[in-house]
Amino acid sequence: MTDLTGLTLSDALDGLNSKAFSSEEITTAYVDAIEKANGALNAYILQTPEKAINMAKASDARRAKGEAGALEGAPLGIKDLFSTEGVRTTACSHILGEFTPPYESTVTANLWREGAVMLGKLNMDEFAMGSSNETSFYGNVINPWRRNDGGNADLTPGGSSGGSASAVAADLCLAATASDTGGSIRQPASFTGTVGIKPTYGRASRFGMVAFASSLDQAGPIAKTVKDAAIMLNVMCSHDEKDSTSLKVEQPDWTKAIGEPVKGMKIGVPKEYRVDGMPEDIEKLWQQGIDWLKAAGCEIVDVSLPHTKYALPAYYIVAPAEASSNLARYDGMRYGLRQAGDNLTDIYQNTRAEGFGAEVKRRLMIGTYVLSAGYYDAYYLKAQKVRTKILQDFQNVFEEVDALLTPTCPSAAFALGERMDDPISMYLNDVFTVTANLAGLPGISVPVATDHHGLPMGLQVIGKALDETACLRVAAQLEEAAQFKAKPANWWSA
Amino acid sequence: MSVTNQDVKKVARLARIALPEDQVEPMTDELNNILNWIEQLGEVDVEGVEPMTSVVETSLPMREDVVTDGGIQDKVLANAPKSEDGFFVVPKVVE
Repeated sequence: MTDLTGLTLSDALDGLNSKAFSSEEITTAYVDAIEKANGALNAYILQTPEKAINMAKASDARRAKGEAGALEGAPLGIKDLFSTEGVRTTACSHILGEFTPPYESTVTANLWREGAVMLGKLNMDEFAMGSSNETSFYGNVINPWRRNDGGNADLTPGGSSGGSASAVAADLCLAATASDTGGSIRQPASFTGTVGIKPTYGRASRFGMVAFASSLDQAGPIAKTVKDAAIMLNVMCSHDEKDSTSLKVEQPDWTKAIGEPVKGMKIGVPKEYRVDGMPEDIEKLWQQGIDWLKAAGCEIVDVSLPHTKYALPAYYIVAPAEASSNLARYDGMRYGLRQAGDNLTDIYQNTRAEGFGAEVKRRLMIGTYVLSAGYYDAYYLKAQKVRTKILQDFQNVFEEVDALLTPTCPSAAFALGERMDDPISMYLNDVFTVTANLAGLPGISVPVATDHHGLPMGLQVIGKALDETACLRVAAQLEEAAQFKAKPANWWSA
Repeated sequence: MSVTNQDVKKVARLARIALPEDQVEPMTDELNNILNWIEQLGEVDVEGVEPMTSVVETSLPMREDVVTDGGIQDKVLANAPKSEDGFFVVPKVVE
């Protein structure tokens, strides 16, 4: 039998449908692959092999009865941010201890309803706060990609969905769930040669997702191809009464966008994304993308999003402010870690000092400060007004164009430890992705080329609100033109 | 605007995060570094601009004010650091 773990989700579903192999067979192949790889990559923080095999057997039984769902039998990895009933969920924070949810997140419930199989929980930055997966309580995730300079330095898979990206890139699941607050799906996808899409805010339910910044958080998949991402998105998104911001809108079959001709589409290229000191590789990649879309019949339009440079500073007010409110629930009383103390306040303070890592504390401090008496107007209110300006920028250009093309990140994957000393240089990773979160827009990253070190780099397509179809259509065209087939050489299997 | 060690101690108390004395100064520096960078928002003219309250135009849904869930005491207590007789056990609050 061919190596089942090398299949795309789409091909695996075809193989399962045609009974070329069973869910138990492909699930076993993944369980074995994870067993061999995880020591080196640390993508999974919790493996659930028994559960996986049981789910696979149940799936095979359903299929035998002719009851196959849209993801029937497909083994997936789940970011540890999604609550999974009876399976430890910590958002990779010490403060959640051994928290084992008595309920299931809506996104994962949708996956299981359609027959998917859970392989385990994936590593991430603590509470999704980070861009390199170096803030996880469970340790760093290693990118399966290495520079071709022979140095074999361990590189970051990006973050916060670093475990999801690393697992998909190393064939340790067919696809993975992820979440994106400032770029946490798209940046790791770009760093690992995978596809990641953040849908419009409100498309996927936030019920059962560990909250970071509620007005920005949105679930989405990381997958091997644009089509695979569309298959996952179809199932992950749904209207949900348990999330009051969940949109009650029609949901198209996004796989139909794949292969739709892009001829006649107007693609905007925002000049503000051409930042100072951008590596030549990224410049070239962007121009290449523009040329491909031109050749496919798109009209390229130079556009301006004048408030782009203010997006990150605004984000670093809004996101920490919302986090300081959301994370107030971790008090050591009802679940998770509890530390000793002389009185109640002491217990709270000791619990939170012990349970939160350095980056989370830093952001909670910023968030508490900007919301505190006397500073609210100067910081939070101001940031929310700037956010309105950023949304207006997008609304203006979307009167003229159908989608925007930008690089996903200002660089390829960097080495672990390289940026941990300077929070702001770390924050700058998200300079091209964070705007879509602030404006609630859909964005996708698709791998198209490697840099001078042989590392993958992605292009981003940002669409109008609710127009994931345009993102997928353009991304599929880029994927088709790029024929990006590079895979990291397997050094990680023990 | 920049913060002092005194401000940082106050914010840490508000955030209920114990901050040992030797970590105050480094935290002050880190916060000032970030706050100085955020200062650039001052350049943006937001005169007459409404602060964003929702990224997608939508109205909050309403539902009947009825009980939709409950009777799951075991589940509610399942993750408690300490529980007894169906209650959370917490430190004494009132002397």
